[in-house]
Amino acid sequence: MIDKLLGALVPLTAAAVAFALGAIMLVALGANPFEGLQALFDGAFGSGDRLAATAVRATPLILVGAGITIAFRTSVINIGGESQIIAGALLSTIAALSFPGLTPYLLVPLVLLAGFIGGGIAGAIPGALKAYASVNEILSTIMLNLIMVQFMNYLLRGPLIDPYELEAGTRIPQTERLSDNASLPTLIDGTRLHLGVPIAVAAAVAAYFLLWRTPVGFRLRAVGHSPKAARAAGINVKGNITLALGLSGALAGLAGAILVFGSQGQRMVTDGSAAGFTGNAGFNGIVAALFGGLHPLWTVPSAFLFGALLTGATQLQRVLQVPASLAVALNGIIVIFVISSSRVRVRLKKLLENSSLLNKPDQEETTEAT
Amino acid sequence: MKTKMRFTARLFAVLGAFALLATACGGDDDTPEAGGALTVAIVAPSASDDLAFTQSMVDAVNALDREITLSITDGTFIVEEAAAAIRGYAEDGINVVIAHGTQYGASLAEIAPDFPDTTFIWGTATDTQGLDNVFAYHPAADQGGYVNGVMAAAISTTGVIGVVGPIEAGDAVAYINGFVEGAEAGGATVNVTYTGSFGDVALAAEAAEAHITNNVDVLTGTAQMVVGAVGVAVSNDVPWFGTQANQTSLAPNLVVASQVYHWEVVLEEMLALRDSGTKGGQAFELNMANGGLVIEFNDGYSLPADVKAAAEAAIAEKSAG
Amino acid sequence: MDDFFTTSVLVATAAAAIRLATPYLLAALGETIGQRSGVLNLGVDGVMLLSAFFAYWTVLSTGNLWLAVLVALLVGLIMGVIYAVITVFFEATQGISGIGIFIFGLGFSDLMFRQQVGTPKPVPRLPSINIPFLADLPYVGEPLFQRSLMTYLAFGLVPLTVVLLNKTTFGLNVRAVGENPQAADSLGVSVERTRFAAIMIGNAFAGLAGAALVLQLGIFQPNLTQGMGFIAVALVYFGAWRPWGVMGGALLYGVVNATVLQWKALGIIPVSISDLAGMAPAILTIGALILLARRVHAPAALTKPFSRH
Repeated sequence: MIDKLLGALVPLTAAAVAFALGAIMLVALGANPFEGLQALFDGAFGSGDRLAATAVRATPLILVGAGITIAFRTSVINIGGESQIIAGALLSTIAALSFPGLTPYLLVPLVLLAGFIGGGIAGAIPGALKAYASVNEILSTIMLNLIMVQFMNYLLRGPLIDPYELEAGTRIPQTERLSDNASLPTLIDGTRLHLGVPIAVAAAVAAYFLLWRTPVGFRLRAVGHSPKAARAAGINVKGNITLALGLSGALAGLAGAILVFGSQGQRMVTDGSAAGFTGNAGFNGIVAALFGGLHPLWTVPSAFLFGALLTGATQLQRVLQVPASLAVALNGIIVIFVISSSRVRVRLKKLLENSSLLNKPDQEETTEAT
Repeated sequence: MKTKMRFTARLFAVLGAFALLATACGGDDDTPEAGGALTVAIVAPSASDDLAFTQSMVDAVNALDREITLSITDGTFIVEEAAAAIRGYAEDGINVVIAHGTQYGASLAEIAPDFPDTTFIWGTATDTQGLDNVFAYHPAADQGGYVNGVMAAAISTTGVIGVVGPIEAGDAVAYINGFVEGAEAGGATVNVTYTGSFGDVALAAEAAEAHITNNVDVLTGTAQMVVGAVGVAVSNDVPWFGTQANQTSLAPNLVVASQVYHWEVVLEEMLALRDSGTKGGQAFELNMANGGLVIEFNDGYSLPADVKAAAEAAIAEKSAG
Repeated sequence: MDDFFTTSVLVATAAAAIRLATPYLLAALGETIGQRSGVLNLGVDGVMLLSAFFAYWTVLSTGNLWLAVLVALLVGLIMGVIYAVITVFFEATQGISGIGIFIFGLGFSDLMFRQQVGTPKPVPRLPSINIPFLADLPYVGEPLFQRSLMTYLAFGLVPLTVVLLNKTTFGLNVRAVGENPQAADSLGVSVERTRFAAIMIGNAFAGLAGAALVLQLGIFQPNLTQGMGFIAVALVYFGAWRPWGVMGGALLYGVVNATVLQWKALGIIPVSISDLAGMAPAILTIGALILLARRVHAPAALTKPFSRH
């Protein structure tokens, strides 16, 4: 009974407190918090087009998040999402530049596959380094993030640059407009809802099936539970670690391809930073995965809500003239509160149970932590 | 695991309820009026007061000689977010949307056709991508770069000058190339370092330090990260040449001159065209001849008269085209 | 290339390396202490940004550099308390709660800067303090003994951290709690209190790192750290959780960065491969780790929350 009550109350309180802090910040900035919250939701859900934009914004989060769940179940931490997204985007761009005349029925799957492979390589490298060279994946993924940004800048400024830019002398670091045959078809006319969205959802479902319905997934989870036991059972621990990070990266790479070919501009462009292209999806996807309890299927609605927060924030900034960083800070607060709240329930329950058991001294466990 | 799912489900239910509730209480937007007064919006990648790229545009719009209601979305370096902001402003019925970032161009090509009555102004760019409601602008930054370079070579005693640049692209490379040309014409050696980032202040500072090690006694640079390099210039008593905006406040005794972008010069032309029915389709260049690029000298730095004269000669040369 | 191998340039590059390494070292040392107690903090970058902003704001308002350092330390401690509550009390998943702190720090420091400061205003920078007599030594004098107080502090904290971890009761508790919290608990060590303290110290160091960065530059900008905190976390792994190893990592990183910048300035690295050169520090760090491949032993309880059931 307590469990059910707490199960509803705790996340509610967490969300409420987080939003309350956000409201305080809005007031401190001289803005009306109710208008602010309304702008947030209006920006995310206010019209069919906005809803589509939210879905599109959530797409990389779903993919990265699903990949994170695979990695987490194998007990590896993947914070290299940014590099994997970029790697996938670059390889898919190269594919489109190489085969511009190919029919869309072949080119679209090709560029998506290229994204998958590109990200997969970017994920497999830290995976292999961990498995075979004992290089911790946190270190290698952070380093690879740095490496990939520079590589992207180099390619988009050099070999892949739009030839027109060189002629005109403006030298904007972007590719030429990529073949229309590669662009992701729009599903609902008048909105920006494109094929990438259902693909992402399908990928999340596939991740679920992989983890819980296939021998491959079983082995991954076994390694996650106990590498020693897995090895004793004959499972190739090293190979599976590499596979986990590779798959995680591949999904992020797919997100990268979708970012390029679902984008409004049909080009890959850089402003020199990673986040300018990825929108921090590499990190936000981790958060989305967590909100979804590190389960691939729940990552979908969780990413959607997170995407809503991000889309709504743009409206917030426009309507209330508050800096975008307010929304970023709010995101952080929400993450912190939500993560904390999942265990609060357990501790509160313990607390309540202990207090009501005070008249049963023999059942006292070890002292409650203070 | 099951309990986690239950918890997450409840969280979604709660947030979903909020969403439905809030959407139901939707408000309405204002629609602006026409004639003389205009509603303008700026979407830019860095802060409005960055003493560089974005500030120059904000200052310019505020300097316009007509009634302007201005909205700004700044710090949007994430291209998709900027695209959403641009589209949002257009949907709100804003008359003129300024997309102040080269990387926004690709998105603009998709947005502009949807809003034929809105004038989009995009830069830095040299063409309007064939769209008839888009104006493009770009600064001939090499001109001011050249003038700065001439002055730098003249005041340098070691004959070695350092440049801290972001990425070899856009108006940055134009400025730097112009600067190198002007400085080398004056007989100096110029060392150029591209840090690879528009925003990494610490890297810019270290790049400047590396220059100082090599006997550099004049520095310049471009992009919002130069504040780091200017700090190093101050520590080493090295004169600084600025661009994009007037950077005197960063080093009141050491900034010699800044090439200031006066976008309002071309903005006035564009808005006049809009008044007469042309909503776009032309590209404009900001240069010395039309007064869009102005070398603003810092009175706090005592510049020898002959250097000033050389600068003015160079300005005249560039203005003549 | 001959230009590079002159004494003055080499000495200056060494000095730059040590200067560059300072904030990385401070943050990484703090993270080392935290990780030895079993707690991973990926939010270091956020803490650094917050402390950097508040330090900058303090100098801007009062002109007092040392007060600013104190403020930064305080900010670090406060964030340490917050993170400790999240991690130890609420037993949140550490990898992700850290990211939450990072996102918050990034946004909040940006917000505060825009609201309270706006246009960047330079502030006085940390003065170089020359150590008498040692500062005049040839070759090593400039890089080692003409640095700022924060640099001396950072490098001085390395042996102090070694002593703390290996020679004090607290250090023993930290290591025990990081290896086998169940055993430590049964021996009467309070796992929660030890981790709380370790996290607070770690974040305090991160606060100092933020101050070191911003006061070295004399200015604050949004996202001033540009991922420095994450690299500091990576350096802990590089250094195998030993303070001297971490120092080695920070120095390696500093040397490569300083050298690349110097080579760019001298034209040894042409502009066309400028971006590729920017990869060097990261590649070399991974490369060095592979070459130095040894069985490193992570604290066994790292990232695992402790609960007594």
